[in-house]
Amino acid sequence: MKKTVIDFLLLNNKQLNKDNFLLVLQSPIPVSDIFPGQFINVEIKDATEIFLRRPFSVLDVDYEKQTISLLVKILGRGSRKLTEAKEGQKISAIFPLGKSFTLPDKNDRILLIGGGSGVAPMLFLSKICGLDPDNVTVLIGARSSSDHIDITAYQPYGNFFFTTEDGSLGEKGYVTNHTVFIDRLTQFSKIYTCGPDLMMKSIGRTAIGKSIFCEVSLENMMACGFGVCLCCVEDTKAGHKCVCTDGPVFNVNDLKW
Amino acid sequence: MVDLGIKIHNLDLKNPVMTASGTCGFGEEIADFFDLSRLGGLVVKGTTLKHREGNAYPRMAETPSGMLNAVGLQNKGVDNFIANIYPRIKDMDTHLIVNVNGSTIEEYVALTERLNELDKIPAIELNISCPNVKEGGMAFGISCPSAEAVVKAVRKVYSKTLIVKLSPNVTSIAEIAKAVEGQGADSVSLINTLLGMAVNAETRKPVLSTITGGLSGPAVKPIAIRMVWQVYNAVKIPVIGMGGIMNATDAIEFMIAGASAIQVGTALFIDPTIPVQIIDGITQYMERHKIQSVNEIIGSLQC
Repeated sequence: MKKTVIDFLLLNNKQLNKDNFLLVLQSPIPVSDIFPGQFINVEIKDATEIFLRRPFSVLDVDYEKQTISLLVKILGRGSRKLTEAKEGQKISAIFPLGKSFTLPDKNDRILLIGGGSGVAPMLFLSKICGLDPDNVTVLIGARSSSDHIDITAYQPYGNFFFTTEDGSLGEKGYVTNHTVFIDRLTQFSKIYTCGPDLMMKSIGRTAIGKSIFCEVSLENMMACGFGVCLCCVEDTKAGHKCVCTDGPVFNVNDLKW
Repeated sequence: MVDLGIKIHNLDLKNPVMTASGTCGFGEEIADFFDLSRLGGLVVKGTTLKHREGNAYPRMAETPSGMLNAVGLQNKGVDNFIANIYPRIKDMDTHLIVNVNGSTIEEYVALTERLNELDKIPAIELNISCPNVKEGGMAFGISCPSAEAVVKAVRKVYSKTLIVKLSPNVTSIAEIAKAVEGQGADSVSLINTLLGMAVNAETRKPVLSTITGGLSGPAVKPIAIRMVWQVYNAVKIPVIGMGGIMNATDAIEFMIAGASAIQVGTALFIDPTIPVQIIDGITQYMERHKIQSVNEIIGSLQC
């Protein structure tokens, strides 16, 4: 897939809860194929002290409308500035970047685990993986019910479960404390996860221990996003690998976890 | 039709715009974004004699109008370059220049000898200015005797165009430039990154794994232009300028200060199509100012 720099039009900027926003970007040209786990690198305009682009996972794509949806969680200056963008504004982005999750096979029973803004590629994957929804289990974790986003549009594609640290939605605790994770893990042939590092490490180590296929989407500070600066490395069994081009999706067996 | 052609020793560049080492990979990584044959030259990723894993993560810190990096010359070594990369890129229609790094003079010489054998590599950029490696690197570029010693040794075994990349982390860059010119350098390129540091106020820890790193981006542009002007006035060999060039106006400012050619670096991270925008912008500037040859701009500073 050819990578391009495109000036998107910000069609919609909707606040979902305190820290999460849904941005819908429209391309002036047909959008090339993009898969769950891939990301786009967005320029933050007119922002003091923000120099580099910011990478965001793709939440959804509408090829007919030529739109890409992003779930933007405010984590720092860059993401905050982006959520302040006005509809009708032009937003430059480089895409598609990075390697996607390995799409599951027809008979796979998959477990998707998303935490924080890591829920975005999980929802996208549930939608396009092409499995019987009974074979797709999605486990979403957040601090509180107010941090969860509305997933109504994705519910037809799988069975959804929630955890919150304060117990205000779903089971109380981390995703790794959830009944699905504790009691049913060996029922799944593949696990895919994206979220905080500690969450993914815990999931990854468990998957390694039970010999279950597991892919994780890593986050890392990037400068370029397309493999020239070599800043965003992860120390893997095969040496330093760029998260932006060798990843962001890695098989846990390749990592030094 | 304006003439953008520039000569750097034996290199006839179709235009003065090059991409800087460490910011364009081996060219293949940015080939999606524009036609690489438009470039005057492409300086590939820093190469060492042996495989280097580079420094530990974190290697990057964003700063106002720039960034710090501490990559530490991660690369698979010259044998891998010759066997696997060179065959893929050798027919690119632009001048391919390899950025060369060593820990000892012997390493610089051995590496240079290998590259001298490659028909489609008409020049090397001898990096005596990398601030992110413990041995060698910048250590060679911060004193006249050590800079002279490494250039002298390499010059003995390298017959093609020898560009020496200078460090800004010195008291007098013009003195270093004169020293390497005296040992047979065909051109000097400047500036490499400025040694900097970032601190996390919350954790009271350095942001980079190496504590210090190299600052690049628009934040360093005024320093780079000052140094290009000083070096231009001190040597007779062509100067290649770089440091925070983000657009054609920046490039022209460097040329007015004395740069025969320029390298675009960190800007590629923000917009990988910037080199062609700069080439087009220089053309428009020349048309607007009725300048026939781009050589008329070089060193045209009026003060």
